[in-house]
Amino acid sequence: MDFKKAPLILFASLLFAVTGLQAQTKHKAKPPVKRTTGGLKASIDAGQKVFTQYCVSCHQADALGVPHMNPPLVKTTYVLGDKTRLIKIVLNGFNEDVEINGETYSNSMASHDFLKDQEIADVLTFVRNSFGNKAPAITAAQVKTVRATNKKS
Amino acid sequence: MKNRKSLSVLLPVAAIVGFILFNACKSGEPANNSKDSVTTTTPITDGGAGLKLPEGFNAAIVADKLGGTREIAVTPQGDIYVKLNRAKNGKGILFLHQEGDKATVKTGFGTFGGTGVYVKNGYLYASSDEEVFRYKLNAQNEVINSDQPEKIVTGLLNRREHEAKAITLDNDGNLYVNIGAYSNACQVDDRKKGSPGQKGCPILDSAGGIWQFKADKLNQHYGDGVRYATGLRNVVGFDWNQQNNQLYVMQHGRDQLHDLFPDMFTTQQSAVLPAECMYALKKGDNAGWPYMYYDQEQHKKILMPEYGGDGKKEGGQDAIDPIAAFPGHLAPNGLLFYTGNQFPEKYKNGAFIAFHGSWNRAPEPQAGYFVVFQPFKDGKPSGEWEVFADGFAGTAAQTASGRAEHRPCGLAQGPDGSLYVTDDNQGTIYKITYKK
Repeated sequence: MDFKKAPLILFASLLFAVTGLQAQTKHKAKPPVKRTTGGLKASIDAGQKVFTQYCVSCHQADALGVPHMNPPLVKTTYVLGDKTRLIKIVLNGFNEDVEINGETYSNSMASHDFLKDQEIADVLTFVRNSFGNKAPAITAAQVKTVRATNKKS
Repeated sequence: MKNRKSLSVLLPVAAIVGFILFNACKSGEPANNSKDSVTTTTPITDGGAGLKLPEGFNAAIVADKLGGTREIAVTPQGDIYVKLNRAKNGKGILFLHQEGDKATVKTGFGTFGGTGVYVKNGYLYASSDEEVFRYKLNAQNEVINSDQPEKIVTGLLNRREHEAKAITLDNDGNLYVNIGAYSNACQVDDRKKGSPGQKGCPILDSAGGIWQFKADKLNQHYGDGVRYATGLRNVVGFDWNQQNNQLYVMQHGRDQLHDLFPDMFTTQQSAVLPAECMYALKKGDNAGWPYMYYDQEQHKKILMPEYGGDGKKEGGQDAIDPIAAFPGHLAPNGLLFYTGNQFPEKYKNGAFIAFHGSWNRAPEPQAGYFVVFQPFKDGKPSGEWEVFADGFAGTAAQTASGRAEHRPCGLAQGPDGSLYVTDDNQGTIYKITYKK
């Protein structure tokens, strides 16, 4: 009967997380000094929506991916490391075999260059700060820069 | 068919509720809505080895931790050949000898990873993702020279997506190889939102179908084979039906209807559509991919949205109809027509299907990870399919999250009529038996 509880707990924690996020964003409105933190929260929040729309079906709700097919987004250098490489994966897609922690992943990822700079920044910021990940935010300006040089090359 | 409709609608719910139902009525006593949920008409009980099986059936784990065990073949002597998706310690094929309910690895050989393995006419056939080999067997069906296989087919396309080359043989010296389409729906840019479908899909020349080769001719390339059937996105489970002398296949249907067309398909619709279809093939058949998919709720062939479809417009006028349709994304990796005498009469000549389990139902709960039985009569499906063996995934939460412990993949029938099931997640081989 634990099974019955699992979705409830999941739902409750989601609710908690969402309300918590909202409460925090409201709080952050007061001290202007903390705007960056407020910006981070807002970006994570917006990024979660992009993730749910475009990423979740392959990378899964827990971002752990699918064995042999779709790579995990949790604690890998691809996600936590170089921002430019990460932004380029979203812009260009990914079509190579990739090995992460001894496991290979073979599915192709489509280019998501149709997403706006802000959407890419948000979703990457969300992924880099969720699922146990912790890494600096990515800004729309950074995406814009990579997109500009990406087109030339 | 009516049941199937409500079934697919209920699948997401059933994934969570199903196990509660199973637990609540272990005796198999039907709950109020059990005819709509993913249960069987036969009482399901604890069958051992962590599996739930119809009453009278028992499961044993004959081997485990073998690696990525894909397809399996059991010889008349009861020995086992199993193919690993990646070679382990340089061995891609394992040979196991059975004593009672235990099978011990005797040797390993074949440096290549892959999926297919098949024993026929004194040879062991095995496939990598690009080639098919065969090994000569002695009178005991043991490989004579494991270092020198004959290369039967070479140079098949492997573009990583749907790369597994499943194999089967008929009784007339032909070998059948699935060459999966390296694409979801033959868009200009695979799986990219907004990218259109390619008219006259170029993939179909060399993939997206079943190719027929001679089982005893060496070094065959595409040009030596025949494109036996086309318009099949990806097939892993297929079997030669001895009763009809015909090839039957299970297709993996397309992914991501909601991701790519959020205005046409909800996440719930996208989780159950399109159907995973069973086709009975004749030479020259076209199953319609990528221009159509089969909607098991409308019971219609629907025009693919990448080619102007809207989820309602019909398509595939030149495509054959499936003979059975199952809920989407459950990934049928094993198909076996049961010809044994051990199981009760209703199973004779019917089809067992190993569903590897879904990933493309997210954010809806994942499902599958079970072996289904589809009753047959005179070579045609007759009556509703039912879950035959369940519990591979572990808990309901493990099913819903897709973090399954075991994932059914290959099927084989032993000389005594036992059913073997592989799991390519942990490398388990199950043996399912029946006692009156």
